[in-house]
Amino acid sequence: MIRTERLTRRYDTLTAVDEVSFEAQPGEVLGFLGPNGAGKTTTMRMIAGFIAPTEGRASICGHDIEREPLAAKRALGYLPEGAPSYGEMSVKAFLEFIADLRGLAGATRRSRLDHVIARLALQDVTAQSIDTLSKGFRRRVGIAQAILHDPPVLILDEPTDGLDPNQKHEVRALINEMAAEKTIVVSTHILEEVEAVCTRAIIIARGRIVADDTPQGLTARSRYHNAVSLQLADAAEYARAQAALAALPQVASVEADERELRLTALPQPGARILTAVTDLANRQSLGLKSLALESGRLDEVFRSITV
Amino acid sequence: MGQIVTITKRELAGYFATPVAYVFILIFLLLAAAFTFYLGGFYERGQADLLPFFNFHPWLYLFLIPAISMRLWAEERKSGSIELLLTLPVTLWQAVLGKFFAAWAFTALALALTCPIWVTVNYLGAPDNGVIVASYLGSLLMAGAFLAIGSCMSALTRNQVVAFILAVVVCFAFLLAGFPLVLDAFRGWAPQAIVDAVASLSFLTHFEALSKGVLDLRDVLYFALTMGFFLVATAFVLDVRKSE
Repeated sequence: MIRTERLTRRYDTLTAVDEVSFEAQPGEVLGFLGPNGAGKTTTMRMIAGFIAPTEGRASICGHDIEREPLAAKRALGYLPEGAPSYGEMSVKAFLEFIADLRGLAGATRRSRLDHVIARLALQDVTAQSIDTLSKGFRRRVGIAQAILHDPPVLILDEPTDGLDPNQKHEVRALINEMAAEKTIVVSTHILEEVEAVCTRAIIIARGRIVADDTPQGLTARSRYHNAVSLQLADAAEYARAQAALAALPQVASVEADERELRLTALPQPGARILTAVTDLANRQSLGLKSLALESGRLDEVFRSITV
Repeated sequence: MGQIVTITKRELAGYFATPVAYVFILIFLLLAAAFTFYLGGFYERGQADLLPFFNFHPWLYLFLIPAISMRLWAEERKSGSIELLLTLPVTLWQAVLGKFFAAWAFTALALALTCPIWVTVNYLGAPDNGVIVASYLGSLLMAGAFLAIGSCMSALTRNQVVAFILAVVVCFAFLLAGFPLVLDAFRGWAPQAIVDAVASLSFLTHFEALSKGVLDLRDVLYFALTMGFFLVATAFVLDVRKSE
């Protein structure tokens, strides 16, 4: 479990993190979203005990990071931003070093090392020095290091940065697999990732929490939530449909994309317009190429609350 | 304690992961020999002792120790691995000591490899080997003080070259604290007590007795306190600046 209370960090005149309070429980995968420089990394560094908060506090599994730093750090697996490691070491020596500092010994040590090396597909590079690895491999070494001691709490700062789509898929699968019994916080600026792995998302802008909701809840805030988009067969049909849609009482406005011959009908607040639109299309026998109900666009929600 | 040993082992292995360690040891041995035989007049003196060898250690250390210590923290900060290290279940003190001990052990190794000169002097005459052992210990102690200064300077910056230069300058000031070059900078404005205090900080004066094999408690204490002071300063600097 992670808990922060009014966590604040100031640098001279700049307030990088401003009274961030939240709680994350086991079973939750909490996505930390926000534009670059919004305070995501600073918040994570404070929770991990690398930076001391100016005000407020953070605790991991009930251990205050400032008063019981060692107990808190033992319960935490942390992937810092950029997945730093010791470049001159081999992957194996590096993971063994982490295992020693984590106090793993004997059979547990061996089985955990084997497990993370297999799970992150590092078998072929164990003897290579980390400096010589590609960005994707280095990121995976960083993740391996974070989950080595099977911690109840994981904080991963941009775990999929620099990975190719297949590797991203693998890492997301790994996070989903661990999600059941762990508390996981993942920072990212890739919005699709939130929908792929997170059960909850916190959006930070200028150091403050501006939204704290499920991914579905966030997309529901979009103006495109329950909008209906249609693609028409030709320009004549397009003009006819545009006029007809605008005349529907439940439709607030119609967005038009003439090049693609696409129209998006936005509903009045709370209204459901799918049946009205399909009825209209049948009645006027519009030449449709496609018709779709939109659940909302996360990128648009993100923009509207962070800009 | 276990954490300190783990960090020391990793750090020490780090020295030998690149050719730097071997190059360093080679240069150290070549310079030590050159100083002893040419500047020190080892043969010409006609005495079976290692005074010409130990006399030059402060000057040897002035440039070589900062070369060892410069990477201690500057590199961790530059690569960001300091964030990894300090978010593992390790205290700042364990990290500072672990890294310091690694650098000290490496210096001890370089120093131990000068033993052929010990063999030589025993072959040529009958030196007082107790004195030589004491001198070696004294030299190692002084190296520790140089390293602690270097560790502190390395913590101040992300740039190893800057760390090297800072360490050389501060070590030089400590080396010559008892001499006009340094004292004159204080005489103009500071009261006599401060000038005297600065004068008593000289590495050269404190090493003089040690190099002759006299392990005076005051000299030993002086180097131990210098080491302690700069290690505390290292931890303090890191605590303030680690994330910058």
